[in-house]
Amino acid sequence: MKKIEAIIKPFKLDDVKEALTGAGIIGMTVTEVRGFGRQKGHTEMYRGGEYTVDFLPKMKIEIVVPDGLADKVIGLITAAARTGSIGDGKVFVEPLEEAVRIRTGEHGDSAV
Amino acid sequence: MTDLRAIVRTLRWRIAAALVVACLLAVGGWVFAQDKPAAPAAPAAPAAAPAPPPSKPDPAGTATGGIGDVTAKTAGKPTLEEVADFAGHNRVSINVMWTLLTGFLVMFMQAGFALVETGFTRAKNVAHTMMMNFMIYAIGMTGYWIMGFALQMGGLGTISTMGGTGLLDSEFTISLFGKDFGLFGMKGFFLAGSTYDVAVFALFLFQMVFMDTAATIPTGAMAERWKFSSFVVFGFFLSMFTYPIFANWVWGGGWLSQLGKNFGLGHGHVDFAGSSVVHMVGGVTALAGAMVLGPRIGKYNKDGSANPIPGHNIPMGVLGCFILAFGWFGFNPGSTLAGGDLRISVIAVNTMLASASGAIFAMFYMWGKYGKPDPSMMVNGMLAGLVAITAPCGFVSSFWAFVIGAVSGVLVCWAAVFIETVMRVDDPVGAIAVHGVNGAWGVLSLGLFADGTYGDGFNGVEGTVRGLFYGGASQFAAQIIGTITCFAFIFSASWVFFKAYDVVFGMRVSPEVEMEGLDVPEMGAHGYPEIQGPATLVHAMGGSTPKPPAMAMAPERSR
Repeated sequence: MKKIEAIIKPFKLDDVKEALTGAGIIGMTVTEVRGFGRQKGHTEMYRGGEYTVDFLPKMKIEIVVPDGLADKVIGLITAAARTGSIGDGKVFVEPLEEAVRIRTGEHGDSAV
Repeated sequence: MTDLRAIVRTLRWRIAAALVVACLLAVGGWVFAQDKPAAPAAPAAPAAAPAPPPSKPDPAGTATGGIGDVTAKTAGKPTLEEVADFAGHNRVSINVMWTLLTGFLVMFMQAGFALVETGFTRAKNVAHTMMMNFMIYAIGMTGYWIMGFALQMGGLGTISTMGGTGLLDSEFTISLFGKDFGLFGMKGFFLAGSTYDVAVFALFLFQMVFMDTAATIPTGAMAERWKFSSFVVFGFFLSMFTYPIFANWVWGGGWLSQLGKNFGLGHGHVDFAGSSVVHMVGGVTALAGAMVLGPRIGKYNKDGSANPIPGHNIPMGVLGCFILAFGWFGFNPGSTLAGGDLRISVIAVNTMLASASGAIFAMFYMWGKYGKPDPSMMVNGMLAGLVAITAPCGFVSSFWAFVIGAVSGVLVCWAAVFIETVMRVDDPVGAIAVHGVNGAWGVLSLGLFADGTYGDGFNGVEGTVRGLFYGGASQFAAQIIGTITCFAFIFSASWVFFKAYDVVFGMRVSPEVEMEGLDVPEMGAHGYPEIQGPATLVHAMGGSTPKPPAMAMAPERSR
């Protein structure tokens, strides 16, 4: 199993979700996160004063899939989340040791 | 069949309710169908004989009310004296009604202030900021009832539009240059004794909500760091001392209002609805308070440059501004204290025009200077226009009203930045720029643009009120004296009060409290418990888990 963690622009969440569900991925976990990479922060104005917002809002999607599906899912996410401009986000992949479905007690691939 | 029964069982209350509603509608429809409206009655002929009591309904309203409704010994045949009596009573009734209704509108401005100030401050302080705006209504009213009203209006003399009973007849005066200087009133404490009177009570209500408007202004400038206990004491101080005394000088027959009569300066210091009495008093008190209190932690860098601290809820601030603009239709037109004074239409139009130009010019100024039309500054711009037109609203043409608002829209943006970056006074909501600076501009603009169409006999001076551009240079001088007096008296009295309180008891919360947010340390409750971290954590870790409601734990029925 692989755990795929994608950090994307918030407004791309629906596109990514639809791409994944369309390809038969049936579950994911989404978290609102903040951070920065090469994009850095940006500046905003309030009452005539300028201030910097360092940590930009992003969405983090976590998906666990059987090994065989990982490349396909990564491809789908990258395609759906890309705008081509800086700040599109990143995908991280790591091997996963175990998964358990709490309701039935199933283990491994059948639990995801 | 089983399915149908299950549906009936789960929905039986809804089905029963639907049946009841259907029955009611059917009965109502039948009754309505029976009750055909009558043909419009012919207008009552100029009756020589008393009209018989109408036996027909009068849907057009043309036949309702007539000679038979004039109170008279012989019904339908009033004497001239009885008619005159009735007309006088009606005039005063209209004026008292108008004063009360507009007072109710002004009372609602408290809600506007609460929303503007809370929207423009941070989420961690909402309960504290809101409750200052809430409690000032109650505290100010109490202080004003105890003695504020007596100091302000105790020497007013006759309330001419409300019956002229002349009960408020005791002013403390000193003699200077051979002239009487009224300093404060001495009648009407607790509204007791000889001031237990309908006209006095109507005046009390109207003046009380004005005082509360002034009192709630400093809570914005001093928000996010002020000890609640200190705020409570301040609420009594302003409503019992500083506000009533200055208001007496301008509205209660005191010395500023007599500058015209005594020294030939126009009509004395003229402030129709309170640019100086209400707004400048509030704004200058806010300045003194914010200076003694110091800036919020993180507002200024070591090199003295300022950091913006964005407010947490712009929609809340905008809604508050709209409520204030609505309440201003009470504030300005109500200040005639007379619904029969038809100048109210001019006043109302001037008021809304100035609010429009204030917002528009603030928008263009911010757009041009900083690239974007800042939402909070557009809100401040509309409020600045309203504050500025408050004094001159009764005396200027619509053109000058628009100009006065336009100037204030620019002035408020400039002043807010000046106060923040040059004076280094931290005012989270712009109260000093809106109310202090534009309050001063408002009274001065009256001295420039009053066009001589209104105000005959104002402050006991013959002739209408004229500003500098309409041949009234001395009126402008009176406005300058009033403005300087307002600043000097209110700033020094408030500064001494705040400083003394700070030295003896301390006005400011500790830095730890300020960083955490004042809601829990000062008020014991978060404004937004579900999004404010610490409380949620405490709940989750079992610190103070409230008992879940019984319903949530009950097993689902009928499964």
